[in-house]
Amino acid sequence: MNTGIPIQYFLVLATIMFFTGVYGFLTRRNLITILMSVELILNSVNINFLAFNRFLYPHKLEGMFFSLFVIAVAASEAAVAIAIIINIYRRFTTINVEDVNEMKF
Amino acid sequence: MINFSYTIWIPLLPFLLFILLGLAGHKLKPKLSGLFGTGGLAIITILSYITAYKYFFTSEKIEGAYQKISAFNITWLQLTDKLHIDLGVLLDPISVMMLVVITTVSLMVHIYSLGYMKGEKGFERFFAFLSLFSFSMLGLVLATNIFQMYIFWELVGVSSFLLIGFYYQKPSAVRASKKAFIVTRFADLGFLIGILILSFNTKTFDFITLTDPAGSAIAQGGGIAFMGLSVMTWSMIFVFMGGVGKSAMFPFHIWLPDAMEGPTPVSALIHAATMVVAGVYLVARMFPIYAFSAPAALEVVAYVGAFSSLFAAVIACTQTDIKRVLAYSTISQIGYMMLALGVSGYGGHEGLGYMASMFHLFTHAMFKALLFLGAGAIIHAVHTNHMTEMGGLRKYLPITHMTFLIACLTIAGIPPLSGFFSKDEILAAAFHNNKLLFAVEYIVAGLTAFYMFRLYFSIFWGKETHYHHTPHEAPATMTIPLIVLAIGSVFTGFIPFNELVTSDGKVFETEIELIVAIPSVLIGLLGIGIAFVMYRKESEISDKLAAIFKYTYKWAYNKFYMDELYLFVTKKIIFRYISEPVAWFDRHIVDGTMNAIASVTQSVSLRIKGFQSGQLQKYAFVFVTGAIMLAILFIYLWK
Amino acid sequence: MAFNQIMFILFSAMIIVFSVLTVTSRKILRAAIYLLFVLVSTSGLYFMLNYQFLAAVQLTLYAGGIVVLIIFSILLTSHLSKKFEHSGWKKNIFSAIASLAGAILSIITILDYKFSATSEVAKEVDMRLIGKSLLSVDYDGYVLPFEVISILLLAAMIAAIVVAKNGGPAKAQSPLINQK
Repeated sequence: MNTGIPIQYFLVLATIMFFTGVYGFLTRRNLITILMSVELILNSVNINFLAFNRFLYPHKLEGMFFSLFVIAVAASEAAVAIAIIINIYRRFTTINVEDVNEMKF
Repeated sequence: MINFSYTIWIPLLPFLLFILLGLAGHKLKPKLSGLFGTGGLAIITILSYITAYKYFFTSEKIEGAYQKISAFNITWLQLTDKLHIDLGVLLDPISVMMLVVITTVSLMVHIYSLGYMKGEKGFERFFAFLSLFSFSMLGLVLATNIFQMYIFWELVGVSSFLLIGFYYQKPSAVRASKKAFIVTRFADLGFLIGILILSFNTKTFDFITLTDPAGSAIAQGGGIAFMGLSVMTWSMIFVFMGGVGKSAMFPFHIWLPDAMEGPTPVSALIHAATMVVAGVYLVARMFPIYAFSAPAALEVVAYVGAFSSLFAAVIACTQTDIKRVLAYSTISQIGYMMLALGVSGYGGHEGLGYMASMFHLFTHAMFKALLFLGAGAIIHAVHTNHMTEMGGLRKYLPITHMTFLIACLTIAGIPPLSGFFSKDEILAAAFHNNKLLFAVEYIVAGLTAFYMFRLYFSIFWGKETHYHHTPHEAPATMTIPLIVLAIGSVFTGFIPFNELVTSDGKVFETEIELIVAIPSVLIGLLGIGIAFVMYRKESEISDKLAAIFKYTYKWAYNKFYMDELYLFVTKKIIFRYISEPVAWFDRHIVDGTMNAIASVTQSVSLRIKGFQSGQLQKYAFVFVTGAIMLAILFIYLWK
Repeated sequence: MAFNQIMFILFSAMIIVFSVLTVTSRKILRAAIYLLFVLVSTSGLYFMLNYQFLAAVQLTLYAGGIVVLIIFSILLTSHLSKKFEHSGWKKNIFSAIASLAGAILSIITILDYKFSATSEVAKEVDMRLIGKSLLSVDYDGYVLPFEVISILLLAAMIAAIVVAKNGGPAKAQSPLINQK
């Protein structure tokens, strides 16, 4: 089913997705959108895992299981992150990341 | 051989008392702690008397000479097998004599203080310090080796410091205590250098080895010469420097008059009878070395003593503070002792000066302590130190008056009081050895009689001043020591010192030399007579004399500007040209380096703390950029 | 052009476009929806790679779970109509440069690298195999990561509850703010 598509295509796609996520992480101010950027990054990594698995080691399942675990980690991360965001919102009445700078000098 | 090992308790007991009173004194009632101190001292006084009796009358003599007995000795610091510092008790005629002097005077002062210091704040502290002093002084005189002596030498310095500064709320007392400590400490530097040179050359600290006339230490004398004098001489001059400081000889005498800021009993004990004669004791202790190896140093001793005695006597004639007059008198009398040592030889009749010096030390301790305690009683009665504000006190203070008169007659050298005998021996010794020094001492004898009776007449006769309240006689605790010491002053002159305390421990014959004795009594009487004329009644002679010798008087009144000279040397020269550049170097170079390091660190920190902005995205940006940089580095540049 | 190539181009175009929209959209709810599209497209890619199970997981867990969670939290914390403030242009430019540089660097590296083709026969990934592998203690088994993940999920659940439950007005609880 994947014939005719070189592995590089998947990797380039994942790279673009990854750096889009990085860009979002660096520029967005809302904590929730930052969380979304992180999800993008995780997804691109998943794509990489699966592409490598399929194209280079098709007889094994490591890539797939790693992706599976990454999805599980992402889910738990999202849950905790959202709990933290809600907590921050209660304390600071904002989820703008630039206003939450209590940890400075 | 009699067992003397119990003598270790003589210094230890006051030490234990010091610890007790120092640590628990504030919990005891003041009276109780005073009684503790006095009681402890009474015990060691009795012990000392027993020791003296046993030593002088029952211990065996070898070839008719008293032996040096090491009654107790422990090795304290074993540095190498040759170099070790011991602590112990050495008994010989002078140390036993000093035991008697110290314990007697100290006991009297303790009893006296019970009355004098009554109701003072820090009563128990006072007694604790007195005990510390007694411990240190006894340890000093009983020292078996020169290093132990140095340790206790410093300890008496400390206790003197503590007691001079007893009224520590008074700025003048604080100043005086600092002055005393610094001046004596400076002199002790010389002492230490002397000890080091001496022990380097003789390879021993031990007094018995050092002072054995036939021993190796003295045989080694001479040796290498430095600047025309042998090393031995130099070391003994340095050792003598320590004695000069402690005994307040010229030029280190400046601390003693100021030390009178301390309580009067302290002045009597430390600054008249015991501690200040430590210098004399030191020279006497090392006497064989002086006599055999360093005659030049001994000459220095003689001239320093003679000059100090004249110098101080002249100043004493002009002072009006009675305690200061007594302080200068003390300097003058110690000068006598030094001079006597300086003109003495070793052994037999040659050692007359040595004997005379010790004799005078003994009698002087009695009558000078008596004078100070009497002065204390007077001050106690009229609440002033200045004799210009006193007069006609003989009616109010009969006992003090009588004892003071006895002391004045004693110091003036009127027979048959003790001062006559001891002073006569000194003058005789000087007469036989050095006519110039004899002449100086002869004049000083007259001056002494004059200023003492100037003091006496101004206080007890003269015009009666108006007092705020009628002066009253001191309580019994104060008058009893006065009476005891007065008895001592009268009768100690009959102690046959020529049989007990001599340079080589052997008896020698001595008699009163009329050629010396009669003129000295005469000049003493002359001094008294002049004082009688000038101060018996209100008289203008003294003012006229002062006007005639205006400049001399002014110089003497201002103590020949010695304090100012010291201040000039220290402040204008040492501080300005040495200390200030050093301080500048310290503040600007040393501190500056440190400050520069600190300020550079601070400014760098101020700059870089901006990175810790709390902005999550900045951190992430830096992280991403760094990761990319590293990737570039590793992939393309680091092949 | 084969069907799968067309599908790939379609999915990758959707992924790229919606990714960019996710990180640039100025309305937060829209951003969440764009993210949903990205995730769905990704699951399409998984189908293409023949990982049906994973694609299903992606759909249910990501698209169905996480995105819904995100939307809920948006609704809890944001005013929907409110637009984002502009980020500083400086920040945007520098971030864009850094991201582009990283992307270019990675892409160059990927394209430079010669991937060796494999001759191995592809393993059929069916549910039975996945289930067995997950619970197997053999060389190919994943029971340990499986257990670790389950603990992690439990911990995350508890943590989420505890963190979200605690906390209140800043003045009452945050000493850090009081110090200001």
